[in-house]
Amino acid sequence: MGTETGASLYSSEKRVIAATLQSRSSNGLDQFFSSIQGEENLSILDFAGASQANVGFITNLGHRIYSNDILRTLDEAFGTDGDFVANQSDPERSAYFLRECLDFSEHCFDGALVWDTLQFLAPPLLQEAVDRLYKVLRPGSALLAFFHADEKADSVPLYNYRIIESKTLSLTPRGQRKPAQYFNNRSLEKLFQRYNSVKFFLTRDALREVIVRR
Amino acid sequence: MWNKRKEEEYPPKAGSTPSAPVMANNPPMSTSASSSHYSSEVRGPAVIGKSVMVKGQIYSREDLTIDGEIDGSVELQEHRLTVGPHGKLQAGVKAREIVVLGTIHGNVEASDKIDIRKDAKLVGDIKTARIVIEDGAYFKGSIDIARPDISKTAAPAPKPPAAAPAPTANAAAANAPATPVAGEVKR
Repeated sequence: MGTETGASLYSSEKRVIAATLQSRSSNGLDQFFSSIQGEENLSILDFAGASQANVGFITNLGHRIYSNDILRTLDEAFGTDGDFVANQSDPERSAYFLRECLDFSEHCFDGALVWDTLQFLAPPLLQEAVDRLYKVLRPGSALLAFFHADEKADSVPLYNYRIIESKTLSLTPRGQRKPAQYFNNRSLEKLFQRYNSVKFFLTRDALREVIVRR
Repeated sequence: MWNKRKEEEYPPKAGSTPSAPVMANNPPMSTSASSSHYSSEVRGPAVIGKSVMVKGQIYSREDLTIDGEIDGSVELQEHRLTVGPHGKLQAGVKAREIVVLGTIHGNVEASDKIDIRKDAKLVGDIKTARIVIEDGAYFKGSIDIARPDISKTAAPAPKPPAAAPAPTANAAAANAPATPVAGEVKR
């Protein structure tokens, strides 16, 4: 069982969820790896950026990993000047982001770990990213995504997600950012409506873990 | 008579070609490398310095350190390549071992090991037997670990626990903080 040491700080109107080093259990991660149990030579897409932990864990299972640090690419594409969310309406910046992050051929991945990156994308870029993930995932593949469920939070912590075991994560803080929007179950169902199934796990720290089947 | 004696002193060898006479009492010239003036020291790896730029293919049969710019390809089949902190490679790379402290844009193949250090940047696909990625390193691309066939008889890599059915409320409570399933939608 993982240990959770996260804490929330409250102000009168805004809530800032403090980022702390955490080790936590993840039912979503467990479901993800259960879905590829017993298989080898799969291709797994990891949006957390390359780390010894994730590369080692996935390759030790006999799979191939494709890594990209999406939060860093988000900063490069939209965060250098102006408003982070408003910049996503710029067609050139959006095209750059999609080219850097989701320019793959059809059906080339057997699973995707997108972590909490999607919550920082505003529509219509968000829907475009989800549709591209649908295209690059093989039928039957699983996608794991995290969405913060606290609508009162002004900003949420950014983490480096490191896989410790098949159902345990290490979360290392790397800053704060305001999500582009907040999601409830219904909005997530609508977001992933092309996919075969959507399953939710709501954690004690108001994080919604979503397992989606292509 | 004088000529005949001379021939007796320096009888020509059968089949020999005329050559300069060997001086008596001097040791013969040795051609072994150990006595060569230029090859007796042990040298470090070859280095391409930071002010050097190369466009083309580099083949090396010794360890190589690159701190300059390369546009092309680099191949060191049985040796180690070190890309120094100022090194910038826009190149495909093949070596036995690769240590990256600078930047590589290109596919990389290391028969033994790739070591990507903090502040290094590697964009491209990797094929190797082992990989080390330090925190702070940037990598974008795929990683394919080429395991030898004997690994099948070695200690098995850690595998996730056997697939379990969708967690029930009791199973979830036993293994994790309370995480009630909020909902599942199937189409």
